[in-house]
Amino acid sequence: MSDLDKKQSAPESAAVSEPTALVPGTAEETFLSVRDLKIHFDTDDGLVKSVDGVSFDVRRGKTLGIVGESGSGKSVTSLGIMGLHQKAKVSGEVWLDGENLVTADPDHVRRLRGRKMAMIFQDPLSALHPYYTVGAQITEAYRVHHPVGKKEAKARAVEMLDRVGIPEPAKRFSSYPHEFSGGMRQRAMIAMSLVNNPELLIADEPTTALDVTVQAQILDLIRDLQKEFGSAVIMITHDLGVVAEMADDLLVMYGGRCVERGSAEKVFYEPQHPYTWGLLGSMPRIDREETDRLIPVKGSPPSLINVPDGCAFNPRCPYADVPKDNLTRTVRPELREVGSGHFSACHMSQEERTRIWTEEIAPKL
Amino acid sequence: MLLLVVSAVTFAIFFLVPRIGGQTVDQLAVQYVGKDANPESVAAVKKNLGLDQPLLVQYYDFVKAIVVGANYQFGPDPVTCNAPCFGYSFKTHVEVWPEITQRIPVTLSLAVGAAVLWLVSGVTIGVISALKRGSIVDRLSMTVALLGVSLPIFFTGLLGLALFTSQWPIWDTIEFVPFSESPGEWAWNLLLPWASLAFLYSALYARLTRAGMLETMSEDYIRTARAKGLRESKVVTKHGLRAALTPIVTIFGMDFGLMLGGAVLTESVFSFQGMGAYAVQAVRESDLPIVMGVTLTAAFFIVFCNLIVDLVYAAIDPRVRYS
Repeated sequence: MSDLDKKQSAPESAAVSEPTALVPGTAEETFLSVRDLKIHFDTDDGLVKSVDGVSFDVRRGKTLGIVGESGSGKSVTSLGIMGLHQKAKVSGEVWLDGENLVTADPDHVRRLRGRKMAMIFQDPLSALHPYYTVGAQITEAYRVHHPVGKKEAKARAVEMLDRVGIPEPAKRFSSYPHEFSGGMRQRAMIAMSLVNNPELLIADEPTTALDVTVQAQILDLIRDLQKEFGSAVIMITHDLGVVAEMADDLLVMYGGRCVERGSAEKVFYEPQHPYTWGLLGSMPRIDREETDRLIPVKGSPPSLINVPDGCAFNPRCPYADVPKDNLTRTVRPELREVGSGHFSACHMSQEERTRIWTEEIAPKL
Repeated sequence: MLLLVVSAVTFAIFFLVPRIGGQTVDQLAVQYVGKDANPESVAAVKKNLGLDQPLLVQYYDFVKAIVVGANYQFGPDPVTCNAPCFGYSFKTHVEVWPEITQRIPVTLSLAVGAAVLWLVSGVTIGVISALKRGSIVDRLSMTVALLGVSLPIFFTGLLGLALFTSQWPIWDTIEFVPFSESPGEWAWNLLLPWASLAFLYSALYARLTRAGMLETMSEDYIRTARAKGLRESKVVTKHGLRAALTPIVTIFGMDFGLMLGGAVLTESVFSFQGMGAYAVQAVRESDLPIVMGVTLTAAFFIVFCNLIVDLVYAAIDPRVRYS
């Protein structure tokens, strides 16, 4: 254990094994290490703690899925990694390939943006500039980081458009975003993100604005390109189906914090947090009995200004009374390792959770 | 489109302007005759001017004169009025169109210089205000902008005149010098009128730009531009300002066209013989041919500027090109 533990003041801290590497970001396979990332916004209504102490690692060539409902802090986290928050208070550590981006010179981080780390946004229609051709926007992204002439940049852009499956790329180069279909726009967006061969690709709900068949194509595309370029990928989504298809590791966020983290397999098949159960229960599945109803997570996401005391999920948790002494409503649960590389922030004991999962939840799914 | 609008305006001007004063045809004719009006001379004038004809015929003659010119038989010799012919002044009996063309350079000089000044300063201040939103710079410039919008030109113009020609005499007098005569003198003499006009307008444009920039800078595509690793200056100008300029171009076309119709107050304040001053005097004297001539010229400028705006608009925003 290294300096990582100093912020862990809770008594359970001994049980918390945070990093996969001793010094963040130095293990060979770990490309991005986020430690205790906090992103707070000062608003007129109070301090909004959009992200409040999140830690995770992303390995080269692997995909981390971040899931959670709207307002759980998924997108804010990703923008924080990219250094794209203008007016937020960002603290904690973001180690990208051995460099801490939080304390780095902003102009240095700018140079990394688009080259070492790139992002695919949710709605390509609003994320692409309506006044410039698709080609011009891709070319621009390339020329920011490569001192090449227009011709060379254009050749590269056409190559990327071709690579992401846009027919007649040389012709489509001079089209405007509004002349593309939704799926084509997202392909163009991906082409733009990948034009500099980034080592970290953050996809923020890349398929939410698309219909299902196009969704599958785009996911395939991202996966293929990831294999080709060996990039680390963060896939942010509220769609567990997407995550099931793509992710190696999974991070479940609730109210700006991480409630469960582990390999995708563990989190899917042995989930250890009631919120994850809720997400799984509300997901339509093709292998489910037709007669079963989806089970919604009752209530609504917490206010990020007045996060409930104790576990942020307690007002909506059907098992809030299982732990003794009203613990759920008074003490905030820390992440504890519940299996190899599998963490959960819940006051229930492992026996209780395992029993509830195997007896009450799993049979209904 | 341009022709259609100009025709419609011509029509409106012809049928409406002469009726504004509430004068009858006879009273008009009397004006034209001048001092020694008697029934015979009035009748002769009416005949000469075609005022005894039905209205539609008059309209036809009016338009025809503008398009191909006209011949008048006032005295023993016929007078030719070349196209575009707006007739002769009631008062001075001088042909209207040459008078207008003589005044256009004055108005044009005033308008172009002021427009350049207000666009540059207004947009710059607006962008800075938007980027430094809530800062002292923002608040100060927005207060000054509010002042600029609120103060009429006859206040700022006269104040400027008082300050810089008598209090601290930078200029002895301000008079219009044609550009062809001496570009330096031209600009030097126009500086104060430009500044007074620009103060008024740049205040408006600063506020518009600020509002536009605040909106576009929160768009998703700005975030994308930042995510590419672009420098902030490039994000602001190439991505933010480009989009924020669209509404400004529209309003600029209007304002500039209006100003070409004559910056009446400014011309009066600085005693410039521009179109605005010409029109004001004509209105005061119910000199209808001049009023109609100036109005039509002004209308043409506005329509023309709007046409330019539409073209520029299509160049700026590709989305309007095909629809």
